[in-house]
Amino acid sequence: MKTRILGAVALIAVAAMVLVALFVVPADLNQGDAQRIMYPHVASAWLGYLSFGVTAAAGIGWLWKRDMRFDAVALSAAEIGVVFTAFAIWGGMMWGDPVWGVMWQWEDPRLTTTALLLALYVGYLLLRHLTDDPERRATRAAIVGIVAAVDIPIVHFSVEWWRGLHQTATIGSPDRVLNPAAPMVFVGTLLGMLAAFTLAWVYLMIRRYQLARLEVEREEAARVERLMSRHETAEVAR
Amino acid sequence: MTDAGYVIAAYGVIIGGLALYAFSLMRRLASKRDHHDEAR
Repeated sequence: MKTRILGAVALIAVAAMVLVALFVVPADLNQGDAQRIMYPHVASAWLGYLSFGVTAAAGIGWLWKRDMRFDAVALSAAEIGVVFTAFAIWGGMMWGDPVWGVMWQWEDPRLTTTALLLALYVGYLLLRHLTDDPERRATRAAIVGIVAAVDIPIVHFSVEWWRGLHQTATIGSPDRVLNPAAPMVFVGTLLGMLAAFTLAWVYLMIRRYQLARLEVEREEAARVERLMSRHETAEVAR
Repeated sequence: MTDAGYVIAAYGVIIGGLALYAFSLMRRLASKRDHHDEAR
């Protein structure tokens, strides 16, 4: 019931913030209406980081405690992270074409490292299908999830470390937090969209975790059934 | 494409994708719960 209420609140929050971003906040003087794409683009990118960070942390949890619940959290966050990172890339492309004149440029470090991040966690999800043994799968996935997370700070700081098309952080770097490089009306809308998307992320995480737990239970039941049937066959053969 | 076209394409895919993912997740969860209840 509480999860349903959270889902309803997240839905209302996202709908309200979309209306604000599209119809209430003024268009940017230089970028025009295309700047409105920044709100869901940045929120999606941050949730991609958060998701993959959770995957890595849950991977460490699994390697440390050997509790399958950590693996379920890691899987849930990785799947949702892939979804949000794909949204961030799409939003960036739709913004880049009118503002930069190109949708994509492989020479840009932020774009390329983000594409790599997406590829790494798609690989993570595919890797999980390589074995039926839940413990082996969780261990392999945890290692890949932790190693792949090294790309998160590289993506984030790529705009500071190397030159490219992508602009530096508007609010996400230490010197910008109290002095954002955008008018407060834009920053407030961005933070509102971030909060609404985060509510949706929490809701999706809970639901995906519930699904992952059911998948594990079903897999375990099937394994026990297989063992029992083998045992019975062996008894009959005797 | 006009700026409005890019905005519609961006919001359509992101918000539509979010709704589609949430919907598919609910269906997967409902289906698993049905199987789970049957197995019991």
